[in-house]
Amino acid sequence: MLLEKALAGDELAIARLLTKIEYFTPEGLENLQELMKRSGNAHVIGITGLPGGGKSTLISGLISEYVNRGHKVGVILVDPSSPFSMGSFMGNRVRMVGKDLQKNVFIRSIASRGNLGGISAEALMLIEALDGLGFDKIIIETVGAGQTDTDVVNAVHTVGVVSVPGTGDEIQALKAGIMEIGDVYIINKADNPEAEMLYEAIKFALDTAEINFRDGWTPKIVKTIAIKNIGIKELVDVFEEHLNYIKSRGLFEKRVRDRRVKMLELLLRKKIEDIISRVIKENLNYISKEINEKHNLLGLVNEMYNNVKSYL
Amino acid sequence: MSQKRIKVLIAKLGLDGHDRGAKVVARALKDAGMEVVYTGLRQTPEQIVKAAIQEDVDVIGISILSGAHLELIPLLIKEMREKGLNDVVLVVGGVIPPQDIPKLKEMGVDEVFLPGSSLKEISEKIIRAVESKRGIKVAT
Repeated sequence: MLLEKALAGDELAIARLLTKIEYFTPEGLENLQELMKRSGNAHVIGITGLPGGGKSTLISGLISEYVNRGHKVGVILVDPSSPFSMGSFMGNRVRMVGKDLQKNVFIRSIASRGNLGGISAEALMLIEALDGLGFDKIIIETVGAGQTDTDVVNAVHTVGVVSVPGTGDEIQALKAGIMEIGDVYIINKADNPEAEMLYEAIKFALDTAEINFRDGWTPKIVKTIAIKNIGIKELVDVFEEHLNYIKSRGLFEKRVRDRRVKMLELLLRKKIEDIISRVIKENLNYISKEINEKHNLLGLVNEMYNNVKSYL
Repeated sequence: MSQKRIKVLIAKLGLDGHDRGAKVVARALKDAGMEVVYTGLRQTPEQIVKAAIQEDVDVIGISILSGAHLELIPLLIKEMREKGLNDVVLVVGGVIPPQDIPKLKEMGVDEVFLPGSSLKEISEKIIRAVESKRGIKVAT
């Protein structure tokens, strides 16, 4: 019932369906399974980078550009959950006010809920759902990412890494992790005088890379000033070029499969992590006592590992 | 797998450029374990309801300091009803003369918070309103 309405484009039905999915309700999971029979067609784009780099503002521009080009755009915005209260303050949508009033735009915020790595199992489930509902461009904004938040690379077709001038020199551009995963490196706030230095640093890192880039695609660098909508059209052109590249090499379906493997992995991790948390909680007094008495920590790990196994 | 968390949209309705209070409340609700979507300043009823639909929030929290609450809140409620958000809790906070509170409640506002309301009181009343109006037991 809800699914039929959602497939017919009823936004409230879509929204309520997504809630049922993100909370793993039986109805939600059944409908997700149904939607995954139809999903696998959307071009999924991940936008990642440090907090405050302008990811949300950039996505706001991307939404309009894609809508102008005739696409149906779904957007998933991930913001962190508090490790203390489990609550979340999600402020990405503030940069996109009014964009959702255009036809064919659906924007959804989701808290990270304890998932690390920049994306979450729930977010990937929402991608599958929007894909199955007929959105053909899906943009996912990761949480403001740190150097090792690289999970997004296995979850999307095209990765855009946003950097801004003034956040580091060549050394940062040469580091492993997030500066290796981009299909497109976006230098936002490019009207800053240091933008040229950042460009040179990233270019140097790319030019001297000995690793084979993912699937042989040489990453591109694009300069944008998102707040003034400058460079957005060019960025979409580059995203399209990348899409055509992976399609021409039969990699589009492979990336969909990779995304589903990642989803499976994250869901599996979630189950195991729940058990680990439970074991630690149940044995906390004992663990604390052992640590106070400086008993063998590795022995303790093995002991708890056996407890974890007993729950499997 | 996980218990439902209360999801709240906090927005400023109308021409009113002061959002410190809205941010303080949004943050307090985060600290009370809620998932808060903040959409900021100068929103129209249409924009607020659109975001509330897509986010599937349990609560819309409006901050209004301009004095235009008796004009703007009815427009918001009309839009909510037209779009089918009948079970979404609506709370309003800001500079509201006490004599306007019954009027707002009659229009369909669930709770009104005046300056001086404690953050604890706000989050507790929101939890209660969600439980009775949405019929769900919530995690906090």
